[in-house]
Amino acid sequence: MTTSPGDNHDHGVDPVTGTTTTGHVWDGIRELNTPLPRWWLWTFYVTVVWSVAYWIVYPAWPLATGYTGGLFGWRSREAVVSDLDALKVQRAGFGGKLAATPLEEVAKDEQLFAFARAQGKAAFGDNCAPCHGAGGGGAKGFPNLNDDDWLWGGKLEDIQTTIRHGIRWTADDKTRIGNMPAFGRDGVLKRAEVNAVASYVRTLSGLSPTTGVDPALGAKVYGDNCAACHGDKGEGKLELGAPNLSDQVWLYGSDAASIADGVWNGRGQAMPAWAGRLDETTIKALSVYVHSLGGGTK
Amino acid sequence: MAHTIQLKRMTTSEMGLAIFAALFSLFALVVAAKAETSGYAFHAAIFTLASAASVFAIANRYFNRPAALPPQEVDGRPNYNFGPVKFATIASVIWGIAGFAVGVVIALQLAWPGLNLDLPWTSFGRLRPLHTSAVIFAFGGNVLIATSFYVVQRTSRVRLAGDLAPWFVVLGYNLFIVIAGTGYMLGITQGKEYAEPEWYADLFLTIVWVVYFLVFLATIIKRKEPHIYVANWFYMAFIVTIAVLHLGNNATIPVSVFSPKSYIVWAGVQDAMVQWWYGHNAVGFFLTAGFLAIMYYFIPKRANRPVYSYRLSIIHFWALIFLYIWAGPHHLHYTALPDWAQTLGMTFSVMLWMPSWGGMINGLMTLSGAWDKLRTDPVLRMMVVSVAFYGMSTFEGPLMSVKAVNSLSHYTDWTIGHVHSGALGWVGYVSFGAIYCLVPWLWNRREMYSLRLINWHFWISTLGIVLYITAMWVSGILQGLMWRAYTTLGFLEYSFIETVEAMHPFYVIRALGGLLFLGGALIMAWNVWRTIAGAGEPASKMGAIPALVPAE
Amino acid sequence: MSLWNRHKIFETNSIVLILGILVMIAIGGLVEIVPLYYLKSTIEKVDGVRPYTPLELAGRNIYVREGCYNCHSQMVRPLRDEVERYGHYSLAAESMYDRPFQWGSKRTGPDLARLGGKYSDEWHRAHLAEPRSIVPGSIMPGYAWLATTPLKADGIEQDMKVQKLLGVPYSDEMVAKAKADLRIQATTDDPEADALLKRYPKASARDFDGNPAEVSEADALIAYLQMLGTQVDFRLYDNKANLR
Ligand code: HEC
Ligand code: HEC
Ligand code: HEC
Ligand code: HEM
Ligand code: HEM
Ligand SMILES: [Ca+2]
Ligand SMILES: [Ca+2]
Ligand SMILES: [Cu+2]
Repeated sequence: MTTSPGDNHDHGVDPVTGTTTTGHVWDGIRELNTPLPRWWLWTFYVTVVWSVAYWIVYPAWPLATGYTGGLFGWRSREAVVSDLDALKVQRAGFGGKLAATPLEEVAKDEQLFAFARAQGKAAFGDNCAPCHGAGGGGAKGFPNLNDDDWLWGGKLEDIQTTIRHGIRWTADDKTRIGNMPAFGRDGVLKRAEVNAVASYVRTLSGLSPTTGVDPALGAKVYGDNCAACHGDKGEGKLELGAPNLSDQVWLYGSDAASIADGVWNGRGQAMPAWAGRLDETTIKALSVYVHSLGGGTK
Repeated sequence: MAHTIQLKRMTTSEMGLAIFAALFSLFALVVAAKAETSGYAFHAAIFTLASAASVFAIANRYFNRPAALPPQEVDGRPNYNFGPVKFATIASVIWGIAGFAVGVVIALQLAWPGLNLDLPWTSFGRLRPLHTSAVIFAFGGNVLIATSFYVVQRTSRVRLAGDLAPWFVVLGYNLFIVIAGTGYMLGITQGKEYAEPEWYADLFLTIVWVVYFLVFLATIIKRKEPHIYVANWFYMAFIVTIAVLHLGNNATIPVSVFSPKSYIVWAGVQDAMVQWWYGHNAVGFFLTAGFLAIMYYFIPKRANRPVYSYRLSIIHFWALIFLYIWAGPHHLHYTALPDWAQTLGMTFSVMLWMPSWGGMINGLMTLSGAWDKLRTDPVLRMMVVSVAFYGMSTFEGPLMSVKAVNSLSHYTDWTIGHVHSGALGWVGYVSFGAIYCLVPWLWNRREMYSLRLINWHFWISTLGIVLYITAMWVSGILQGLMWRAYTTLGFLEYSFIETVEAMHPFYVIRALGGLLFLGGALIMAWNVWRTIAGAGEPASKMGAIPALVPAE
Repeated sequence: MSLWNRHKIFETNSIVLILGILVMIAIGGLVEIVPLYYLKSTIEKVDGVRPYTPLELAGRNIYVREGCYNCHSQMVRPLRDEVERYGHYSLAAESMYDRPFQWGSKRTGPDLARLGGKYSDEWHRAHLAEPRSIVPGSIMPGYAWLATTPLKADGIEQDMKVQKLLGVPYSDEMVAKAKADLRIQATTDDPEADALLKRYPKASARDFDGNPAEVSEADALIAYLQMLGTQVDFRLYDNKANLR
């Protein structure tokens, strides 16, 4: 190319590259008149051609009342639905089988059992672990799921009901309900009585009583107020979700202060209901998984 | 030059600005008294003090100045106005260090969350916008204002237009930064990325920006060169487009004059589109067009070579600004933005690849015939490496715009890696190069205090960048793959928290990289300080560098 | 005269240069933004999406203030793994009253678009106050001060008026009752809760922060978090009708 832009300047030649300059100088800076690099131009054309092709195939240009929809009518929302369907097919050998098999029967088929636990584990990680811990180990206020100490029952059926309807989850009308009253806050018991019963409760599981409280008072308060839910010997009642107080498992801690706090303010944490959020097969798989963590009962 | 005796008079702009500032000071005082939140009252008080101080400064200047304003020319040469340039240059160094330091802090917080201290003003969610604004708008913005005011004067061969106006731009812009930055820590935010300042800060910035535009334009209009130099095309595109974007993305209605809170007129999906029309083009016009302008002046100047291709600069300039505007939807792939808009965002991003590389080619090839200078001149080396990073991130960007790739990279650290190869490599290095050129020119020194320290800066921060971006590439891709990993039975393999835990080592490496980058910048600050202080140059082992006295 | 010479007009005339720039940058933005307002397919037709209650709005403003969007997205993409992990992909309709939108651009923490009802209020309280006490590997900051800071929302009806002006369908009644509604929603078993639910269907009203004596910032934030993603009933949602 021999064209030279600019005014009628002196288009000197740059001695290093042998290219003409445009003739302008700004603060000592000149410009070479190098033509556009060919590879650059061609690569640009290729990207344009690719884009035009893409517009033909996919939804692209807005119009007055709609948009160009593309040759095959591809839509991201349709694509994901078919992806999910494909996934179900991939799982189908078992997915369909799990859906059809009654809960108690799942464990009888070794492969199906493994499949259900795998599905349960996957759902557990993002939905349950934030409360119950990564391995189901629990945390203060959130029960351990891999021991055999159950608040609401450890049979497959019980677990499934708990997961489906949650605990104290008022938005679900079949939720499990059972609250521990706030004996102190509501004025039923006095501070001394609360401290005494807290000490007594510790003795139920073989822990040492606290000093400076009246043991007889503790036993009496327990009998009058607590035994109805927690049982005469503190063995707990599954129907009410009232924990066993005679074992070594403590949801809220075993020190006298924690116990007294619970008696004063009441206890009763909620767990969400999962029916509706998770599908029935996933809930079934979760029940199997939780049951198999170590504490499931017959 | 013959001097006629002149009666000393206050100019209309001195008088007008002083009266306006005085009135505004009173107004801000009333707002401060009636403000609904203490944070807003604090900001109103800052405005009160700043306007009162400017009345004082104008009066003080008036009493101390000679009767005549500075002449346009002295002895037939332009009488350049470098005061505001010097201020913005120093401000950029200070803000840069502040912004990098906050970057290091938030990087450490992601590795060790205890560092959030569980206090409102030190928590990650508030400090992250502080970091992005400090590096982009405070550091980058001051570099852009400093260099644009310098370059437009020299390539137009005239004194900067306006008397008080350039100072208003520089000081006003930095006041905006203070308002914006303290606002984030106080929880005053609009909640739109890169556009977090609330309505009153936005309004103030609009005024500052219009004056900036007018000063720049008026200087070009009175230029002595027949043609407008290519760097100024880019500066112009940057100034004009940022104004348009700022107005579009900050169209809000305040709840009351006495409340910092406002609501944006766009909602939901439309707000998302406007936001990323803005956000992407803040990248395209602030972090790209503006810094390309810097490249177009400082590389040929420092290398003492002609710009590689005038024709390429024409084509890539127009193609770049035309195509960039379309690319915003690549930030919204697979969201509730309609598919058609996503397609446009993707295809225009891919078409943007070569126009972006046009700038890289023009920057790199300007070195032809001067490659040997890279060995001896660390400043030139920094700028050339920056252009290489520019090329890398503008290849990576179109790649990430492809929907299949973006479905993996979006929401992950891959984006963060991409950002910082552009931000540390391109924006950071071309700015450092420009600062190293400017400081001796502005303060009339032969060279920087120490070229050896520049060399240290270069190597330390290069190591930092490499650690930063490789860590983020690995963690980003790992994160994306873990999120979508399925077991052979067809179930999600990892819970979210497992992916969080897997990021820890990379967050530690990134923080280390950031620390090195910050270390380099501290070396620069020391070097700049010694240069300005006029310290004698230590015996340099760098070999002789031709003194770069700007040509007249 | 060569083609290159024609560029002279831009190089010698700054106003022409500016006009050229303005034309170039106008096209793309207009073509991408304007149709989103007139194309009917942009926002799906679904039932259930309603404006925020005063308490939820106040909570949302705290979410914005604390910059939660820096770590959390609120946008489930139509991708297999996301739908499996978080739930139904997000619709444009679900954020039609969001000013600003909070879709986010980074997932340092999980997506929150379907958070409502996933955890209990107690969990949120404990998690916000000290995330690692409950999720050991979390890197989220603690926000303990929210539960101890009283909610300042005296001007909430002014906020709603501004939104109304912008087209959010708040009725005059909603604006007039704003302050009362805010208190009612933060109270367990308030006698006026039914009236609130009429105005804002599916809202939940109770003491969210575990301290019935006070309406705190945690009350508002948890109320907002508990409503996220609960408005549209996806059992009734017709994918085919809203393919776009
Ligand atoms: C918001 C926190 C939370 C989440 C999420 C949660 N749970 Fe629970 N879960 C609880 C609490 C609290 C209890 C105990 C309630 C009580 O004290 O009676 C509980 C109890 C249970 C029980 C009964 C334990 C017993 O001893 O009887 C089972 C089984 C259970 N959860 C399983 C699950 C599964 C499976 C998931 C996930 C799908 C899950 N939980 C999610 C909080 C939660
Ligand atoms: C109306 C039934 C009811 C009565 C009466 C009752 N409790 Fe409870 N108690 C519960 C329930 C239900 C829980 C479990 C709450 C939870 O899981 O959040 C509980 C939990 C506890 C715990 C915590 C156990 C742990 O593992 O940390 C202690 C201790 C306790 N009760 C002691 C008492 C004492 C002492 C009394 C009498 C003063 C009493 N309870 C009366 C129902 C009752
Ligand atoms: C530094 C990043 C960060 C910030 C800022 C942050 N979060 Fe988080 N968030 C996380 C991480 C990481 C997790 C996952 C671990 C966990 O559950 O704590 C998380 C989890 C959550 C969850 C549980 C989500 C689920 O489905 O399990 C909620 C709710 C939440 N954050 C709300 C908030 C709110 C509200 C704010 C602002 C006030 C906020 N976050 C600020 C990082 C952050
Ligand atoms: C051709 C040029 C470029 C293209 C096509 C491009 C494309 C992209 C894409 C696809 C994303 C990810 C969006 C997401 O998934 O959320 C992104 C993010 C980003 N890019 Fe680029 N990029 C380019 C050049 C640059 C350059 C030179 C910089 C300079 C610093 C830069 C800065 C950023 C920033 C800051 C973000 C993060 C935005 C956010 O907050 O999410 N980009 N870019
Ligand atoms: C010491 C140097 C730096 C460090 C340690 C650092 C660190 C960080 C960290 C930790 C984040 C948050 C990432 C996340 O949320 O996961 C971030 C975000 C960001 N930084 Fe930096 N940064 C540094 C320098 C810079 C510079 C020089 C720039 C620009 C010129 C920059 C621009 C940004 C941007 C735009 C984001 C937001 C990215 C997004 O939203 O996608 N940073 N930085
Ligand atoms: Ca972002
Ligand atoms: Ca409360
Ligand atoms: Cu972009």
